[in-house]
Amino acid sequence: MPRRRAVGRNVLRKEGHEKVTGVARYIDDIRFEDVLYVRTIRSSVPAGEIADVRYNFDRTGFTVVDHRDIPGRNIVALIDEDQPSLAATRVRHVAEPIVLLAHSDRTRLAAAEVAITYRETTPNFDPERSDLSFKSIVINKGRLDRGMAEAALVVEGEYRAGHQEQLYIEPNGVVAVPENGGVTLYGSLQCPYYVHRALTVLLGLPAEKVRVVQTETGGGFGGKEEYPSVIAGHAALMAMKSGRPAKLIYDRVEDMLATTKRHPAIVRHRTGVKKDGRLTAMEIDVVLDGGAYATLSAVVLSRGMIHASGPYRCDHIRARGRATMTNTPPNGAFRGFGAPQTQFAIEAHMDVIADRLGIDPLRLRERNALRPGDTTATGQKVGKDCSALQVLREAGRRTAFSRKRKAFKGSNRGIGLSLFFHGSGFTGGGEVKLASKASLALTERGVQIRVASTEIGQGTRTMHAQIVADTLGIPYDRVDVSIADTAMVPDSGPTVASRTCMIVGRLLQRCAEDMRIRLGRMTPAAYYKKHGGFVVTKQYEKPPGLEWDDETYRGDAYGSYGWACDVVEVEVDPITYQATPVAFTTVHEIGRAIHPMLAAGQIEGGSSQGLGYALLEEVVMRGGKMANAQLTNYIIPTTLDTPPMSITILEQPYTHGPFGAKGVGEMPIDGPAPAVVNALRHAGVVVSEIPATPEKIMKAKL
Amino acid sequence: MQGTLAGRDLLEPRSLTDALKMLRDEGPLVPLAGCTDLYVALNFGTLRPTRFLNLWNLDALRGIETRGPGLRIGALTTYTEIITSATIRRRLPMLAAAAREVGGVQIQNRGTIGGNVANGSPAGDTLPVLLAADAVVVLRSAAGTRRVPMTAFYAGYRQSVARPDELIVGFEIPALRGRQWFRKVGTRAAQAIAKIVVAGVWDTARADARPRLAMGSVAPTPLRLSQTERALGSGASLAEAQEILQREIAPIDDLRSTAEYRRQVAANLLGQFCRVRL
Amino acid sequence: MRLTVNRKTVTVKAHPLTRLLDVLREECGLTGTKEGCGEGECGACTVLVDGEAVNSCLVPVAQVQGTRITTIEGLGGRHPLQRAFVEHGGAQCGICTPGMIMAAAALGPRPSLDDIRTGLAGNLCRCTGYAAIYRSVQRARAR
Repeated sequence: MPRRRAVGRNVLRKEGHEKVTGVARYIDDIRFEDVLYVRTIRSSVPAGEIADVRYNFDRTGFTVVDHRDIPGRNIVALIDEDQPSLAATRVRHVAEPIVLLAHSDRTRLAAAEVAITYRETTPNFDPERSDLSFKSIVINKGRLDRGMAEAALVVEGEYRAGHQEQLYIEPNGVVAVPENGGVTLYGSLQCPYYVHRALTVLLGLPAEKVRVVQTETGGGFGGKEEYPSVIAGHAALMAMKSGRPAKLIYDRVEDMLATTKRHPAIVRHRTGVKKDGRLTAMEIDVVLDGGAYATLSAVVLSRGMIHASGPYRCDHIRARGRATMTNTPPNGAFRGFGAPQTQFAIEAHMDVIADRLGIDPLRLRERNALRPGDTTATGQKVGKDCSALQVLREAGRRTAFSRKRKAFKGSNRGIGLSLFFHGSGFTGGGEVKLASKASLALTERGVQIRVASTEIGQGTRTMHAQIVADTLGIPYDRVDVSIADTAMVPDSGPTVASRTCMIVGRLLQRCAEDMRIRLGRMTPAAYYKKHGGFVVTKQYEKPPGLEWDDETYRGDAYGSYGWACDVVEVEVDPITYQATPVAFTTVHEIGRAIHPMLAAGQIEGGSSQGLGYALLEEVVMRGGKMANAQLTNYIIPTTLDTPPMSITILEQPYTHGPFGAKGVGEMPIDGPAPAVVNALRHAGVVVSEIPATPEKIMKAKL
Repeated sequence: MQGTLAGRDLLEPRSLTDALKMLRDEGPLVPLAGCTDLYVALNFGTLRPTRFLNLWNLDALRGIETRGPGLRIGALTTYTEIITSATIRRRLPMLAAAAREVGGVQIQNRGTIGGNVANGSPAGDTLPVLLAADAVVVLRSAAGTRRVPMTAFYAGYRQSVARPDELIVGFEIPALRGRQWFRKVGTRAAQAIAKIVVAGVWDTARADARPRLAMGSVAPTPLRLSQTERALGSGASLAEAQEILQREIAPIDDLRSTAEYRRQVAANLLGQFCRVRL
Repeated sequence: MRLTVNRKTVTVKAHPLTRLLDVLREECGLTGTKEGCGEGECGACTVLVDGEAVNSCLVPVAQVQGTRITTIEGLGGRHPLQRAFVEHGGAQCGICTPGMIMAAAALGPRPSLDDIRTGLAGNLCRCTGYAAIYRSVQRARAR
């Protein structure tokens, strides 16, 4: 029985020292010889046909790439095949890439003038008026009409959330180096194998001719999940055509203008309730604005729909959702991935219901929260590790919620809460399809983890090493982690969906269990000396009993869920209508905190992003273009905007997670926005759209 | 990523006299002080001028001195120097309050009051303070010195009456009595551009009780609200003064806020200002 | 042009209007200082000039001739702040960390929590929500 020495402790981070000394090399820090700088020429109109492209500059020393230079298929390979790498004859959004220029002299590169004329067509910016739906999903449980008939009251509401920009402090950037008849791509990215696949398709190269290496990445949050396939494709095209390394780093303005953002959402609820607050029927309608191309809209919609009814039991649910096309830059992955949007809506709606019935919001949730054995909207029976009630009651107790609800009444201060959950791993059959692999190698230097999971701030290498160390019974310091280089690691799937610990960590645990058996009683070093090295590889195995039907959208959507409750106190300034969050408390149940400090870091960071989503972060779109694409005008929280946070972690182990761990990366961002809106409501300000800016609060008050 | 520097020149005067000669003989030159504003445009490639004058080493433009009951502040005084100056905290605390709300520490260490005024943004944080304080802008050229009241300094949006060969060298603040007040409403709690910014003085020793009040981000230039002041001084009710205020200001919708919000908050701030007096 | 960077004198060939950030990263090879926005909003480019925190993306190199510049590389690697940021979670993805540590280094000897929040208001972090950064600065100062 291996002694637990690392798991559950705040061991020293493996990747820490380089970051605090300035030694860590992000893509723009690495020097490549003979490099060409790349510039992307983009559409200035939201919709139309490309009539003419003129190069009004001396082309000496320039390499120019357009769609005709694409050796493979002109698509950004992801789910659908609708998005070109470079527009050929038409554009569907402002900032769509059309042509690439490269030169070794950045001044000449910046000065080059490319004149593009278009035959513009009428753009559509309204997701509800779109005639192209990327995906539709319907979730049915029970019989809605029956549930409505049982209701004493039917409460309706409409909720809107705008775009949100991931705002990783390091912008997107890659360098592509032509070599070995193919290309090696270095870059800031979350998913090396996504990029790998996209490049094989775009360049028409076999898998072994493409190599992707993740460099130190300065934040991702989903913004570097699928987007790097676009920028990597561009750099690779340039590298292949010119025969030289091609460096493409976006500045902040370009990154904000052109890359993916959170899907805006319109969510409508029609809910049947009994007088005592029990939910009898939920009818939910969701529209997500996908932007011009599908990217991951189908999956964002999926997660959004599954979480749309909240962590509540209700026998009769009908949820319909669609992700539609508009002529704006494509939206994509951002932490939470549909769940922040739909859980904002249900949680804000619950307080509307509470108001109507004259019931305390905490009591209303207590009455309806899922308990072990209850079924979700998709008919999944939640297990013993369902902690909705525990987190709710703990948060309520810690914040003296009910007392403050009474005490603040009539003042400028409000207190509000949200109860939420988040499934870990890919939805339904997604993990089976991914068929992720992890390897553990015994080498001369010791034990080495080989996974495609990337460190992007969350402490992946540390957490994986802790799991392996304790399973093998060796010191944490003796476990090494390979860089995420497709030439060296198997495809462990993407670093997304709160799966890096629960899914990939579990794979590594199984590798370590195997290795332990094989080592017998020997230490790794002794074994190596005697027998040489070996590699254990494990592939994902679906836990027994999990069933999912993609056609009917019924079954076990996720292996496990995390559960959480946020409580926010907000102060509204009667002169300026500014809402300041003055206290933030959260209780998160995550199965097992492998590294408590890193887990708390995810909760604090994600909650802070959620507060920004609630109050500050507004993308102003004009004519299909982001008008405030500068850090001066896209407002994220500073130190002075962030309240003190009280974080409590509870642990209800999940049988199939490593040491009981579930996921924690995304859940924190699901809760703050509705808690804030509910606190505002308590303070007398009714808003149903976020961000709840002072301008909106003023309108609500006057 | 920096915009192109080819063909751009930076002249390095060794003294104020040197600088003024350069402005007269080698213009047009754009003076650079702390660079926290102009340099952004230069880096983004949106600045058309190509010839610049480095003021940073001109110590003649620095310094905070008392002048009788008044003050003289050098143009190159940074926000940090303003915040930490005991003299300013005693005599012009509303300027220290404004300086504390400019950007973060990094901006405060380099940004200058002269730069704030020369830049002439209607959202400039120190501008309502200088207006309410009846500051005088001291301009110098190779030909001599000129003094322009702050209230007459701007002719239009980002346009001042300073001539191309003139340099702002400092500000003269007359003696101020009474309570000073400053408030900035930004897009967030720090590092924010003002949606609306206001400075005011209640000279409670004055018989006519007329206050001084100035506001930014409500018109193409920062405004001294003389009509509103007159109303308050002659005993108008708050509601009446708010009505006059609405006629004096002309806010717009922009990326950061709306005209409607600015109007409403301006009226509320006037109410707060009146309560400060009590 | 001559500058003192991390206690060493360097001769710089760049155009006088070149950003100090680019001189440090490209001419001096000191890539620890980062560019997050190019407009003086994020503070990732923070260095010390004569002990004061500045955004090096907003300083023309001509204006720092004859000054003492300190970058993250100049802290030596064993500075209490550096150790504290690793031990207490002040660094997650690390891109804001060099600028954050330099800004923290410029705080006074016994900063209160308020002093820390105000002194770091010009440094944006997207990963941590700042709480662990305060803990790191406080624990470093306690040493």
